[in-house]
Amino acid sequence: MAIYDLTVNGEAHTVDVQPDTPLLWVLRDHLKLPGTKFGCGIAQCGACTVLLGDNAIRSCSFPVAGVGQVPVTTIEGLSPDGSHPLQEAWLAHDVPQCGYCQAGQIMNAAALLKAKPQPTDEEIDQGMDGNLCRCGTYLRIRAAIKTASANMG
Amino acid sequence: MSTQSVSRRTFLKASALSGGGFVLGFHWLSKTASGAPGSAPADANQAINAFLSIASDGTVTIQSPNPEIGQNVKTSMPMIVAEELDVDWADVVVEQAGLDTQNFRRQLAGGSQSIRLSWKPLRTAGATARRMLLEAAAQRLEVPVTTLTTQSGVITHPASGRTLTYGEVAADAASVELTADVDLKDPSTFRIIGTTRKNVDGHKIVTGQPLYGIDVDREDMLLAMIVHAPGFGMRLRSMDDAAARAMSGVVDIFTIDASVADRQWSDVNAFTEKVVVVGTSTWEVLKAKQALVLEWETDGSPESTEYHEQQLSDLLSATGVRVGRRDGDPEAAFARAAKVIERTFSTPFWAHNTLEPMNFFAHVQGDRAELLGPVQTPEFLRSSVASACNLPEDNISIGLTRMGGGFGRRLYGNFGVEAAVISQKLQAPVKLLYTREDDMTQGTYRPTYKVHYRAGLDDAGNLIAFSVRGAGVNESPVFANRFPAGAVDNYLAELVVLDSDVTTGAFRAPRSNFIAGAEQSFLDEVAHAAGKDPIDFRLELFDRALNNPVGEDNDYDPARYAGTLRLVREKSGWDQAKPGVYRGISAYYCHNSYVAQVLDIAMGDAGPQVQKVWCAIDCGIVINPDAARNQVEGGIVDGIGHAMYAGLSFADGKPEQDNFHTYRMIRMSEAPREIDTFFVDNGIDPTGLGEPSLPPVAGALANAYFQATDLRLDTQPFIQAMQRVRQPEG
Repeated sequence: MAIYDLTVNGEAHTVDVQPDTPLLWVLRDHLKLPGTKFGCGIAQCGACTVLLGDNAIRSCSFPVAGVGQVPVTTIEGLSPDGSHPLQEAWLAHDVPQCGYCQAGQIMNAAALLKAKPQPTDEEIDQGMDGNLCRCGTYLRIRAAIKTASANMG
Repeated sequence: MSTQSVSRRTFLKASALSGGGFVLGFHWLSKTASGAPGSAPADANQAINAFLSIASDGTVTIQSPNPEIGQNVKTSMPMIVAEELDVDWADVVVEQAGLDTQNFRRQLAGGSQSIRLSWKPLRTAGATARRMLLEAAAQRLEVPVTTLTTQSGVITHPASGRTLTYGEVAADAASVELTADVDLKDPSTFRIIGTTRKNVDGHKIVTGQPLYGIDVDREDMLLAMIVHAPGFGMRLRSMDDAAARAMSGVVDIFTIDASVADRQWSDVNAFTEKVVVVGTSTWEVLKAKQALVLEWETDGSPESTEYHEQQLSDLLSATGVRVGRRDGDPEAAFARAAKVIERTFSTPFWAHNTLEPMNFFAHVQGDRAELLGPVQTPEFLRSSVASACNLPEDNISIGLTRMGGGFGRRLYGNFGVEAAVISQKLQAPVKLLYTREDDMTQGTYRPTYKVHYRAGLDDAGNLIAFSVRGAGVNESPVFANRFPAGAVDNYLAELVVLDSDVTTGAFRAPRSNFIAGAEQSFLDEVAHAAGKDPIDFRLELFDRALNNPVGEDNDYDPARYAGTLRLVREKSGWDQAKPGVYRGISAYYCHNSYVAQVLDIAMGDAGPQVQKVWCAIDCGIVINPDAARNQVEGGIVDGIGHAMYAGLSFADGKPEQDNFHTYRMIRMSEAPREIDTFFVDNGIDPTGLGEPSLPPVAGALANAYFQATDLRLDTQPFIQAMQRVRQPEG
C-alpha cells in the first residue's frame, strides 16, 4: 500500500492504496465518486474517461501512481451545477438512452473541445471513436458537441 | 370534455388481462404508510392511488413501475398518467417504483410492450385520480361535479369563478369512493402526450449522479466477484486459493451453487457453480481473482464454431423437419416455375454487451432479503431468489435501479440470484460485479442461425412459390405466419433446432434481429430477378395479402405495412438517383409495429459509409416524439453495427472473444451521418417502439451494397465479405 495525494475536482484527497490500483477504482471505491463508469477495464470503451489536466484518459487502465500532481476532473466536477456547455447541449439534444456511457462521452468531448474548440465532423468522429455507446446515440452526441462548440465560441 | 368511456368493470378486466403496470384494485383509496386516513401531516404527499401522490403545493409525484433500460419509459409512462390527471408536466416528479405486485402488474421490460400494455391502465389511473379530486372539490364547493372543469392542476367552478388546486383537495380526494365510470380524454385534446419531454433523469445522467446498480453503496458493504468455467460444458475440478486468500483486502473465497430448483424461463444460467471472491475494494478483489489457481474439466464434447456451422448446414438439408406453415402445393409450384432463386443467410452468436456489466446488491439477514439493482424481470427474480435461498417471497424486496442497457440480457436475473446466495452465506450486504470478461463469456447469447430461402417466379415475374427453412441453436429464427406468408399461393415455412450447451436468450428483437435482414435481402434479390422495382414488388404482394389473402393466420396488417413503404418512398425521394450514392429498401413488422427504411451508402476507401437512413414507422400514437426518434435512431445504429461487425465464435467450448478489443462494436465514425424518422399519424393506440427499427436495417444495408457492388451480403458479420472484396487473394 502507498499514500497518494490527489487533486480531484479541485479538492485535495489522500488515499492509501496499492500503487497499481487504476484511478477508476480510487475514484469509485475510495473517493465515492461513482459518476465515472466501469465498462471494459482495458481502455476499449471509454466509459471511464476523466480529465488528467486537459487530457482525456481511460481511468480503468491508468494507475493511481501515474497521476502525480496533475489535477483530475471527473463528471462530478466538470461544472458545479451541470451548466458546462457540453452538459447543457447533452440535455438540449436529449442525448442519453440508458445513459451509462454518457459521463465518459462528455469528459472525452470536453478534452476534444479544449484541443479543438471548433472541430469538423471528421475530427469529432476521430476524437470520439474510442467511446462506445451501446444504445447508438452517436448522432446526438455528434450534434451536441457541435452545439456546445458553437455556444462556447 | 371526454368521449371515451371505460366502465369500471371493463377496466378491471382489461387490467387483469393485460397487466399494464398497475392494478386499480382500489388501493388508490388507501393512505400512504404515514398512518390512518386523515393523520398525514398537511404538507406530506397525499397518496391518491398506487401511482401518484399530490403535495399541498401541487407537486405531483408519479411512480414509474416498469424497469428503465434506456427505452425511456420512466419519462413516457408518467407522461400518460399526467395527461389524464390534467396537470402541468413541470409540476411532476417521477420516482422509480420497486417491485410491488400488490399494486402494479407486469413490472417487466421486454417485448416492446411497456407502453402498449399500459396505455389504458395508465390513462385510467390518471383519469381516476382526476375524478376523485373533482368529487372532493364538488363536496367542498357544494356544487354538482359536472359543473367543474380542470386545467393544469386547478379545479374551476366557472359559474362562480371559484377555484381549488389539486393540492388543496388531495387529502379529501384520497377517501372518495367512485361509483361512476371514468372518462378518458379525447386524444385530440392531449396536451402532454404527443409533445416532446426531456428524459426525467437527464440532469442526473450528465452530472454523474449515482443512478445505476453498479453505483449502489452501503455502509459495511462487501464487494464480490465471480469466476465461472471458461467454456460451456465445463466445470471446476480443483481450486487452490492459498495465494489469493493471503492477499490484502480479501475477506473470503468460496464456491456457490446458484441453481434454482423451480426453474422459470428467466433462469438461464450456463454456470450455476461459481467461485466467489469477496473483499473490501474492487481492485484487490480483481487481483485476488487472478491469483486463483483453478483447474477445469469438461463433462461432454466441447462445441466449436465449425461444429455449429456444420450442424446447422446439415439441418438445412435434413428430412422430416417441423413444418410451421404450408399453403398450396409448394413443390409443384417450384417445379413449374420459370425461374427459381435461392440463397442461404447466416449469422453468428451475439453477446448483449450492455455497457454496464451484470451486477446486483443483496443483503440477506436471517429469513429476509433486500435486493437492489438492474433487472428487467424483478418479479421473476424474486421467486428465483426465494427458491435458491429458501426464503419466503414475502420477505424479499427488490428495488430497481436505472440500467446501463438491457437489450434482453437482464431478462435473465442469474446475477441477482448469485448476489443473494453470496450475501446469505456471508449474512452481510454485498455488491456483486462481473468484469467485462465474465459478462461476455457467460452465455445467454443471441443464437447463431442459418436460413435458406427459395422463391419461384413465373414467366411474367410473379411470385408463385416461396419457402423458408430456418435453423438455429436452441431455437429457429422463422416466424411462419409473417410476410410474405399470406401473399403467395404456395408457401412453406420449416423450423429446425440444434440443441447446445451454449446458453441463449432473447436479444433486442429476438429472431427478427436476423430474419428480417435475411428476408428483406432475399426479397430484393427476387424483385431484381423479376425485373421489378423492389418497392413496387413488395407493394404488389401487400395488395395480394390485402385483397385476397392466403390463409387466415397472417400476423400482419398489409395496409399498415404498405403504408410505411409508401411513406418512406415519398420522404426519401426513392426514384431520384444521386450519383455515387447507392440505396437499399427494407421493411419489417414486429412488436406490433411496422417499419420501412431507405438507406443510402457511398463507397469509400474504407468500405461503405452510411450517408443517410429514412425510417417510416407505424407504431400508433407516439407519446414522446423526440425520445421516440432517439429509440428509432438507436435501433438503426444497433442493427447496422451488429450486422456489420459483431460475432462470437467458439473453440473447445470456449468463447473466443471476451472484451471489446476482439468483439467489435459500432463506433461513431461508422454510424450513419443522418437519420430521418417519420411517424405515421393514425391515432391508433400505441404499439412497440424499442425494438422494431433494428431488424430491417441489415436488409436495407445489404440491398444498398448490392446496388454498389453487385454482391449479396448473406453472411454476417458483413465486414468480412467487404474486406475480402477490398483485399482479393493473391
